[in-house]
Amino acid sequence: MLPYPLLSASLLLMWLALNGFTLGHLILGSIVAVFASWGMASLRPVKPRMPKWYLLPKLVAIVLYDIVRSNIAVASILVAGRGRRFRSGFITVPLDLQNPTALAVLAVVVTSTPGTAWLEYNSLSRTVLIHVLDLVDEAEWQTLIKGRYEALLMEIFE
Amino acid sequence: MSTIEHAGDLPDWAALAVSFFLVIGAGLTLIGTIGFVRLPTFYERIHAPTLGTSWGTGGIVMASMIFFTVLSTRPVVHEILIGIFVTVTTPVTLMLLARATLHRDRAEGNPGVPAEEPVEAGNREGAATRAD
Repeated sequence: MLPYPLLSASLLLMWLALNGFTLGHLILGSIVAVFASWGMASLRPVKPRMPKWYLLPKLVAIVLYDIVRSNIAVASILVAGRGRRFRSGFITVPLDLQNPTALAVLAVVVTSTPGTAWLEYNSLSRTVLIHVLDLVDEAEWQTLIKGRYEALLMEIFE
Repeated sequence: MSTIEHAGDLPDWAALAVSFFLVIGAGLTLIGTIGFVRLPTFYERIHAPTLGTSWGTGGIVMASMIFFTVLSTRPVVHEILIGIFVTVTTPVTLMLLARATLHRDRAEGNPGVPAEEPVEAGNREGAATRAD
């Protein structure tokens, strides 16, 4: 009946948060949650495993802090305009991470941080192409992504 | 439904906090939009709107949460959902646009674009794990 109990519970919770807690919405939300999880099951996704899920808040805190920092950095580049020169460029980062869910999380982290954009992942050579707005040192960015995010993600997912 | 009319009842500290986050969020979104117009190349331009989708959204969401929590004297947190959905869906659009541009630049042989690395057909990891 419920192939994804956690998904159904989150959907119901979201439905109630958005529509207000009434008996009618509880029933309607439950119906939506059950049908949505059946739809999800028919897609047959790989079930994500997170043995060390308790490390997730640490990742979220690191990412929120980095987003604040890079927001300031990118905003100051844009405000300085043509006065300040910056060099943007592509970097290739080799990844040891293989879990598809972990790679998706890393893509969200890299992209939602202003100044870096995840472009394409090559699963054969296991490298990712990233575009950086203010590229000073390629090696510095590689160690940042590998050391700061990838190591933690590998710990969470593997 | 008349919470807006009672905006004057907001205590000073809350009004300050709401204005602070609103100005930060709106300001970052504005800077990102200006950058989107002014930056010279496509790959640089895709960075500018991420200001609006990260702390631009974040600031406005925080302001909204404080405003409605203080006025209705109960926690109003469903705005967090907006933040989560904006954050999780942005990379999808961005990758779609950027990879289309990469493909076009490579096909046209434009300079300054890294060459495509070899991908063996039929041996891609994603396809292999989903086949079972």
